[in-house]
Amino acid sequence: MPNTFLTRTPSNVIFLIVLAVFALGVTVLAEGSGIGFISTSFVKTLGKTLCLALVAVAMDLVWGYTGILSLGHFAFFGLGGYMIGMWLMYARTHGIVVTSMAEAPIPPTESEIVDAIGNQIFGVVGSSEFPLVWAFSDSFAIQLILVVAVPGLLALVFGWLAFRSRVTGVYLSILTQAMTLALALYLFQNDSGLRGNNGLSGLQNLPGLDHVPQAQISIWFFWASAVALALGYLFAAWLVSGKFGSVMRGIRDNEARVRFLGYSVEGYKLFVFTATAMIAGVAGALYYPQAGIINPAEIAPIASIYLAVWVAIGGRGRLYGAAIGAVFVSLVSSWFTGGQAPDLNLGFYTLKWVDWWLIVLGFSFVLVTLFAPKGIGGLVDLWTYRKSPDRHGADLGPDAGALREQEASQ
Amino acid sequence: MKRPLLAALLVLLTTLSAWAQSTPMQDILQEHSDLIVQSSRKTIEPAIRGVAASGLPQAQEVMRAWQTKKMWIRTSDGLFFRADKLDAKTYRLFDFDTGAVVGDSPKSDLKQIKPNSGIRAMIATALVQFQLMDPDPVLRTEALLAIERAPDGKLLEPLRASIDRERDMVLQARKIRIERLLTIAYDQDEPTRIAAINEVSGDLGLDVRATLNPLVTTKLTAFAGDIPDTVNVARVLEPGQDTLSSEAAYGVLVAQGMAPAQVTRDDMRLALLEHSDGTSVAGVPVAQLDADAARSRAYAALVDAGLAQPLVSDADVATSLAAHRFAEIYNEPSAAITTAAQDALDRITTRVAAGQTIDLTLDALSLASIYFLAAIGLAITFGVMGVINMAHGEFIMMGAYTGYVVQQMVPNHTVSILLAVPLAFAVTFVAGVAMERLVIRWLYNRPLETLLATFGISIALQQLAKNIFGTQARPLTAPGWLDGAWVLNDVVSISYIRIAIFVLALIFLGVFLFIMRRTRLGLETRAVTQNRSMAASMGINPERVNMLTFGLGSGIAGIAGVAIGLFAKVTSELGSDYIVQSFMTVVVGGVGNIWGTLAGATMIGFFQKGVEWLNPSNTLAAQTYMIVFIIIFIQFRPRGIIALKGRAAGD
Repeated sequence: MPNTFLTRTPSNVIFLIVLAVFALGVTVLAEGSGIGFISTSFVKTLGKTLCLALVAVAMDLVWGYTGILSLGHFAFFGLGGYMIGMWLMYARTHGIVVTSMAEAPIPPTESEIVDAIGNQIFGVVGSSEFPLVWAFSDSFAIQLILVVAVPGLLALVFGWLAFRSRVTGVYLSILTQAMTLALALYLFQNDSGLRGNNGLSGLQNLPGLDHVPQAQISIWFFWASAVALALGYLFAAWLVSGKFGSVMRGIRDNEARVRFLGYSVEGYKLFVFTATAMIAGVAGALYYPQAGIINPAEIAPIASIYLAVWVAIGGRGRLYGAAIGAVFVSLVSSWFTGGQAPDLNLGFYTLKWVDWWLIVLGFSFVLVTLFAPKGIGGLVDLWTYRKSPDRHGADLGPDAGALREQEASQ
Repeated sequence: MKRPLLAALLVLLTTLSAWAQSTPMQDILQEHSDLIVQSSRKTIEPAIRGVAASGLPQAQEVMRAWQTKKMWIRTSDGLFFRADKLDAKTYRLFDFDTGAVVGDSPKSDLKQIKPNSGIRAMIATALVQFQLMDPDPVLRTEALLAIERAPDGKLLEPLRASIDRERDMVLQARKIRIERLLTIAYDQDEPTRIAAINEVSGDLGLDVRATLNPLVTTKLTAFAGDIPDTVNVARVLEPGQDTLSSEAAYGVLVAQGMAPAQVTRDDMRLALLEHSDGTSVAGVPVAQLDADAARSRAYAALVDAGLAQPLVSDADVATSLAAHRFAEIYNEPSAAITTAAQDALDRITTRVAAGQTIDLTLDALSLASIYFLAAIGLAITFGVMGVINMAHGEFIMMGAYTGYVVQQMVPNHTVSILLAVPLAFAVTFVAGVAMERLVIRWLYNRPLETLLATFGISIALQQLAKNIFGTQARPLTAPGWLDGAWVLNDVVSISYIRIAIFVLALIFLGVFLFIMRRTRLGLETRAVTQNRSMAASMGINPERVNMLTFGLGSGIAGIAGVAIGLFAKVTSELGSDYIVQSFMTVVVGGVGNIWGTLAGATMIGFFQKGVEWLNPSNTLAAQTYMIVFIIIFIQFRPRGIIALKGRAAGD
């Protein structure tokens, strides 16, 4: 077997095989393509979960490997969703408008059709003009480019400003959180051009494919999400396997030392930040057509923090850990908050999981941070008998640098 | 059968005897009988004027009865009476002229005059002149209110007449003011009006502006040829310049009937639709009409056939515009008055602008003090200790809920607030100490993990509050003496709660400075912050100091929660609304320095209010720009406004 980055780390191959088996299994069991054991809505949930796993892998690159705790990656995720949503909404409304206007005694001109689409889309915010940001919404190809270009550009500008002035650590976290809050607040306005708090809706209907049942579409999107996750995972695995990955880890463990070795720390950080923003954009573009609706509440700061929670619980600094964390926490969350979990009768009080799940999640998160910093991925280490290097004399005292060496063990 | 007949006879007799007397009011009413019975707002005026201008002492009585729907008409002879209900079917009638009882009448013989609200308002205006002189001050006040609501030139004379006889100084002052305003609006004599205008110039009252503004309203008018001297020109406009676009100018021409309207695309489509025979329009097949060129062709054919308005070309528009002059014309014909009014308004505008600046400054100060309050606890835990506590917002929320719970138990609001402040401090102090002991002390030097762990606590606490108190907002009512606002004039005012919060922020600042600079705890905290190992070597117990400092920061957050709860809704999301802004305040100000936090809060408060002033309808935009501004600001001063220097800066 050739010595490639895939074979050097067996977890990569295992992950891809598991993903392929999972995708095939769901296809066989699904309503739209197989025996109908899994309902369409659950296929959509699984597809969405794969998108979340993809953005979690991106988050792991930026946080677990480079040490930048970005609390704004869901903003990029949402922007990707908005970009594809604009085309979906425009194209679908176009179809509806053309059909309804075909009945008119005089056939409509192009500009009349565009006006009617504008009225349909922006009626809810009391406008009918297309804002500037919708300039390319009629072109699928351009909007697809924008899915990666817009989050990438925002990340590039923001990252350049932030890294250049050496904003690091918690300051950067707060700054990224402020960025996503600013974006969410901006999008909440009606005159932001993206329908304010109504958001974009009806995204589950693909234009021109009205005859295809949702069961079928859900399988297509599931596969697209699985392929995107596989490609994103491969890219991440390739990135962290070589020299570049070593520099990333070096920046995480001691930024100043890497800088003194002559590496352009800012350039590396900016690349990772921008690239992961683009991956997040792709994940969002696949997620929101399955969710059907996107509104500014989706990119509120809390969403990005949950992203960090998934990665932390799954185990940061290992790609499969991030994916497992996202899948595990989001599925368990939706099980508990969906009302399917049975109530727990304590005798004096009945515990309703819908109300208590967040409390459990919050505290289990504290426990994971305190007692199992490696997260679920740490279980794999137990299984494979991997141990952190036992460094004699490493300072575990109260001053700066404590415990860092354990984190650097991978 | 006999008795009703007898009663009717009796009524008839009394009526006849009344008829024999002098009945001037009844005569007037009879004169307008048709209008009164018809009771239509459009036609009633002569009737009201007739009664009001009669000069009879009983006119007021008549109008009041009319207004309160107590005027009835007897169907048998068409006479008007005031009627009081005796029982369900019988009414007692009073004569308007004498006030004497005329007799009782069955309801079937009577018809009530029911003036609608529009007519009642007209009667009220007419009544005002009587009420102005009424001995009852309540009625006089009502009359003045009625004038303010519906100013009318006819009331000027009676108002002037009543001023000298007014005994109540307050009412007299009001009467004089209203008289001035009515003079400006309705007096016939120009110098008198100008004098009145000059008198009120600089007055900030909204009523003054409401009176002056109609005097300077203009109307954009087009003139064929030169502008005549007879009109009062505000300014001459040139079409195509930035103040008057060509389209707008042509629109004026069209509206004045001086040029044909332009044919819009929509008009074109409608014309085509009208002359369509289902397959083609003027020889152009319908199927081709989905392009503008084909539509124009078909429309041109319609025009040739005389079936549609010809198009107005751009050249036609230009010719029409060149042939006309455009000017804004004052509705008020007298130039002297418009000039005086404009000058007065300019002076008022200047003063209003000054007032608004002061008001905005006060608003910004109060917002800054709110941010400062929310951030000061954080300035201790994050700024001094370097612990990033995402649950800080939830401590604010806990403080607010503590206030709410105390208020449920102690009904007196003043006492409950005074109790709530130390209780909130105690509750959040304990919560903070518990959190420090259980979680944070294991995570010192791992700031990112502290952030995540405290975030876990934050979502748990938020959900816990939701489970206990529900999702709806709970009221935390301020004591009565904090209600209302300190009003300087019509422009500048500030509510007492905001003043109280400002004072509270100052107190907090003082307490913080005292603790940090003058107490043992402050000394030890500063020592531990600067060099933990060295402080420990000197005999300070860093664990204890950290615990107490963290508790102190949390406790202050609790008190801030009570203050914030007084003006914001107490919900489980109360804290998360402030957390990002609080961190921004600390970061912008400069970590580790209370003056920095103060400067940061001031800057953010003023900036946000400034943006709101530029775009008042949109507070969301203000927040967005504020955050963008902060991100850019960090570029230039990454360590905040007041950066620590030297050894205190740590790293």
